[in-house]
Amino acid sequence: MANFLMKRFLQAVFVLLAVTLIVAFAIRLTGDPALMLTQGAGSVTEADLMMIREALGINKPFFVQYFDFLKGLFSFDFGRSFMGGTPVADLISKSLPATLILAASVMFISIVISIPLGIKAAISKGKWPDQLIRIVSLIGLSFPNFWLAIMLVLIFSIWLQWLPPSGMDGFASFLMPAFTMAIILTATNVRLVRSSMLETLQAQYIMVARAKGLSENKVLYKHALRNCAIPLITYFGLQFGGLLGGIVIIERVFNWPGLGTLAFDAVSGRDYPVLQAVITILSMLIVSVNLLVDIAYGLIDPRIRTE
Amino acid sequence: MTDISSAPILTVENLSVEFGQSRVIDDLNFSVMAGRTLAIVGESGSGKSVTSQSIMRLAESTGASYPTGRILFSTEKGEVDLLSLSQQQMRSIRGKDIAMIFQEPMTSLNPVFTIGDQISESLSLHKKVTKAEALEESVRLLKMVRLPDAEDMLKRYPHQLSGGMRQRVMIAMALACRPKILIADEPTTALDVTIQAQILTILHDLQKELDMAVIFITHDMGVVAEIADDVVVMWKGKKVEQGAVKELFANPQHPYTKALLSAVPKLGSMTGEAFPKRFPITVMDGENPRLIGEEKTQDTARYNDGPLLSVRDLVTRFDSKKGFFGGVTHRVHAVEKVSFDIFRGETLALVGESGSGKSTIGRTIQQLQKATSGDISFEGNPFATMSKADKQRLRQEIQYIFQDPLASLDPRKTIGFSIAEPIKTHDLIRGEKNIQKRVHELLERVGLTAEHAKRYPHQFSGGQRQRICIARALASNPKLIIADEALSALDVSIQAQIINLFMELQEEHGIAYLFISHDMAVVEKMSHRVAVLYLGQVAELGSRQQILETPSHPYTQRLLSAVPIADPTIKRDLGRLSGEIPSPVRRVGDEPRILPHKEIAPGHFVADAS
Repeated sequence: MANFLMKRFLQAVFVLLAVTLIVAFAIRLTGDPALMLTQGAGSVTEADLMMIREALGINKPFFVQYFDFLKGLFSFDFGRSFMGGTPVADLISKSLPATLILAASVMFISIVISIPLGIKAAISKGKWPDQLIRIVSLIGLSFPNFWLAIMLVLIFSIWLQWLPPSGMDGFASFLMPAFTMAIILTATNVRLVRSSMLETLQAQYIMVARAKGLSENKVLYKHALRNCAIPLITYFGLQFGGLLGGIVIIERVFNWPGLGTLAFDAVSGRDYPVLQAVITILSMLIVSVNLLVDIAYGLIDPRIRTE
Repeated sequence: MTDISSAPILTVENLSVEFGQSRVIDDLNFSVMAGRTLAIVGESGSGKSVTSQSIMRLAESTGASYPTGRILFSTEKGEVDLLSLSQQQMRSIRGKDIAMIFQEPMTSLNPVFTIGDQISESLSLHKKVTKAEALEESVRLLKMVRLPDAEDMLKRYPHQLSGGMRQRVMIAMALACRPKILIADEPTTALDVTIQAQILTILHDLQKELDMAVIFITHDMGVVAEIADDVVVMWKGKKVEQGAVKELFANPQHPYTKALLSAVPKLGSMTGEAFPKRFPITVMDGENPRLIGEEKTQDTARYNDGPLLSVRDLVTRFDSKKGFFGGVTHRVHAVEKVSFDIFRGETLALVGESGSGKSTIGRTIQQLQKATSGDISFEGNPFATMSKADKQRLRQEIQYIFQDPLASLDPRKTIGFSIAEPIKTHDLIRGEKNIQKRVHELLERVGLTAEHAKRYPHQFSGGQRQRICIARALASNPKLIIADEALSALDVSIQAQIINLFMELQEEHGIAYLFISHDMAVVEKMSHRVAVLYLGQVAELGSRQQILETPSHPYTQRLLSAVPIADPTIKRDLGRLSGEIPSPVRRVGDEPRILPHKEIAPGHFVADAS
């Protein structure tokens, strides 16, 4: 197990290095921030542009810039934003909690709803609860998330006026962005839980558990659930990555002050330091979640732990 | 014999079981006496497993209903009809008064809980004991099924145990609450014969010790003869015959029982015969028995022509475990310095238990697996010097038949397409009409009809599918067919027909067979020579008579003594069978010792461990 985790940890470090390198390189293909900053400023000479580039530090060779970035990473120093000169670390520490709380609650809502529904569908396979759950989940799957977001705003903010349409201001403001994403994720997860549970219930050891005289609840929640969770944990870990991608759009729609909004503004302004920092933080999040998944995997499945 | 006057502990009366509209058990009646073993025998589709699951009332979880019948179970308080109980009432009987063990020891235990958790679970549920008491009792139970290091075993997980050990854990678990009835559903079918013999002995001893009634579900008449007191024969959901075991074997009444018994290969039945021999067999034609085939000696091997296939010092190893930096730390030594020849028209049997390397040898010859070292030559040409085109041609001349015919046929292609494919690939016949004609001929040759060509694999029975695989193998006019456990998944009555088909084809076309099998009785019927494999090495090689009548290697003797014989008048001594089959996985650097062979009689080679 220690061996397994050590391997995964080294893999994670390697992934982070690769991601930051690719991002740093790719951003610089998008255009010159000096030109961007001087747009509409009348007559700008090449010497002016040089001065701006020097001030921003983007005249140095690429690898020097990259190593500076890596060095800064260890002291949580991402340099200053090109727009307004605020330290990037300050921007991040303001937006990160907003995104984290949103992402975590989306995952939480989705898991809490999808596990019991998925199990219910599996044990009543082919009967009406299963049919109903599958139809509803298909409807959930068919919504594009931005469209669902707009519909929710229309219903709950404009018609009913129950919830604020945007911003982050207390519990009410948090419901719509969280549920927009949770609905779609839950629709997928119900199906995953259902099929994983159906497969587990086929196993001989379930028949053995029943033959022991255990109650159906014990059979389901003790013997089946832990086995059914083994593949699910991997799915949930991978989903988290996709979820962070989706958050960028949803944060825009609801004007949620998270990393997504920050990244969106940085892209439009070619604000390298901010963008690079946001992407690095996001990939660190994804990598650590997957590391946690691996640990959880080992805890649940003795075949991995005792290898 | 146990006291006949004792009342039955379980009586099944007029039981019918339906799944949806289809009735799988019809008007079944039998009773089980306390302290005796009742074997329910039948082939696939006979309803024997559904019967056991109905007694446990587990069949409902897969959709069964019971239109008629009662299952009466005697308790201290009188008889109860198990079918009238609610699932909740049934739960207090399941695992406590009636317990069950299943066929697949590899999947019967929950992979995420320890052995201790799983055994003590039944105890805590039915006996209301503390966790500590339950664990203490679990140790006693594990010792009872003769598992070594019982205390240590409690903390282990199923994947750390072999199949035989898991089945013993399963038995310990089933016996935890001292049930009055133990239902064993094919408990040894998935195990190697030496392990099977150990499990049967344990079951037999414990039955006496605990004075249980045992309902033993099996398809294996050898196992029935070994352990049963009484037998119920089931066929197509009905009981066709019932009787005491000796009486039933000596004097079967129903035509199906007669057909079944005549199809069972009996080890030792060919003693004194120099060649394999095929016999006419009784098959059921609807309700009536019919005798097919002829008695004929199989003198087809041509030993004067030089070998068709030569294997010399073949070694095949796989990497199994890697270290932190990706270096290999453990290897599976599947095949170690194996040499043998196969001649035209000859059947060479490769026999051995799990991990003996028998299938790896077959796969290496068929180029499905790369050899680590050694030479294989076909018609005198070594593989090593063959061109790519020559190797491709070998794929036509050597054909492979797998154990599972369903898995080896493409489910989305008609069987006509699958049989025509090798003809087209190797460009053996030109023109769609001629190919179709050949496909039809082949189908008729293996006992099917031309119309079958348009159907899909799922529309056939297991035996028919194996016939289709044989037709496909024949399509490329092979000189050698490797049959890898090709009969193991088939019912005995089908198996007997396929054995005859193999022998007829050998006589007609002079095909050589490399017959890979764990079943010594089938090997005795079919093969000219036999190679016994143990841990990747040849333990003994010789003619059929040499190996079966004068086995000289201790492992061959052990293997032969473990085979259950379908004759209840023979009582064997299984006392000397103990221990596990060792693993072929070894640490890098820990090379196995290669045993030299001694020729103790012309053509009879024995590995010498001294």
